[in-house]
Amino acid sequence: MDTPVLEMRQVAKRFGAFQALANVDLKVGRGERVIVCGPSGSGKSTLIRCIVGLEQHEHGTILFDGAPIDLRSRTSPIRSGQIGMVFQQFNLFPHLTVLQNCTIAPIKVRGSTRAEAERKARDLLARVGIEDQADKFPGQLSGGQQQRVAIARALCMQPRALLFDEPTSALDPEMVQEVLNVMVSLARDGMTMICVTHEMGFAREVADRIVFMDRGEIVEVAPPAAFFAAPKNERTRAFLSRIL
Amino acid sequence: MTYEFYFGDIWKARWLLLDGTLTTLRLSALCMVLSLALAVPAAVARIAGPGWLRGTIYAYVEYVRNTPFLVQIFLVYFGLGMAGIRLNPNGAALIAMTANGAAYTIEIVRAGIVGVDRGQWEAGRVLGLSPVQIYSSIVLPQALKIIYWPLASQFILIMLASSAVSVIATTELSSITYDISTQTFRAFEAYLVTTGIYFALSVAFSAVFSLIFWALFMRRRPA
Repeated sequence: MDTPVLEMRQVAKRFGAFQALANVDLKVGRGERVIVCGPSGSGKSTLIRCIVGLEQHEHGTILFDGAPIDLRSRTSPIRSGQIGMVFQQFNLFPHLTVLQNCTIAPIKVRGSTRAEAERKARDLLARVGIEDQADKFPGQLSGGQQQRVAIARALCMQPRALLFDEPTSALDPEMVQEVLNVMVSLARDGMTMICVTHEMGFAREVADRIVFMDRGEIVEVAPPAAFFAAPKNERTRAFLSRIL
Repeated sequence: MTYEFYFGDIWKARWLLLDGTLTTLRLSALCMVLSLALAVPAAVARIAGPGWLRGTIYAYVEYVRNTPFLVQIFLVYFGLGMAGIRLNPNGAALIAMTANGAAYTIEIVRAGIVGVDRGQWEAGRVLGLSPVQIYSSIVLPQALKIIYWPLASQFILIMLASSAVSVIATTELSSITYDISTQTFRAFEAYLVTTGIYFALSVAFSAVFSLIFWALFMRRRPA
């Protein structure tokens, strides 16, 4: 196997007495789509928040392209925008237009010219199907549109990997599909993705591997067919019987 | 017995009153700008700075908020004198007003920063923006909108409280009014007119703040 784009080695994290991550090992190869699922409080979100440095893990190493991520370094993959993230609550900047949301980081972090950043942003907004909303403010869009803007905003930094933290959990049911469609098309185009989600249909469709977490541990990792048809672990079976 | 109003002497002093009004206007406006300019970095430091700096700012804000403005004015005025800094009373007044106004403004700005959703900070971080960029482009613009009206009302209080600096013989509106009242023995008329002037200044500041709000936050946002 090539050097994984992302690799976690024995990563551990606690919140007080609560063990959020317990010695997690995970490798994600180039172009691989990994879906992370598990019950609430199982550490799924903490896992991807540790990768992008929004949580500090106390133990273990996280590597990007084989090199440990050093958040203090200006060239770290986070500070140069090489690992994108999409949040459950979108976290768009409400005081900026859709277009400005997409261009702020390329201009300020990458040093793109405004014209170049806007051209690229309009392309990506078209790709997620909302090019005609570019000059509106986030508050004027539906939840599904906002989440698609958030995906376009992340893509504008041309990330090598894109992480999703329950991207459809805050959406009204009728808007879930439009966001999933965008994610499916990203997956088809070979984007390296780690996605925390409860959308098992989506997982079945795009995942190379499904990671099941419980109590901070990775309990089971399997391709979707095996994961759904013949889960090995008792906890996985219990979880699947509750959600399917 | 009925009191007979007589405004003739006040009218003769109208240019003095205008001068005082302009001085009050200038002192207040300068104080507002300086207070905000000092309070924004101080509020950021109060939240994100090193421990000693957070503690210092906290202590300073508590000193200002728990002592009378009048006493602060004397402390600044005589303190500057003892330190060998010769300032005219208006200069000392501006320093005292700003020292006071900045402290209250720090607390307001801090509340605004804390009021911005944490996810905004996180989104900036994962896009690679630096802390300075996140504050200046994302957090502070939103905080400013949250605190705009509390800040505006604080600034009008600054203008009204500026009357207290008349105790150090400044040449702002209240000092001038006091002089006129003692010279004409028409104290009631003098303070009645000055009441009207302060009221008009308050209304004018409110109008300006509304305009600024519109220019900053409403112009580009369709309904």
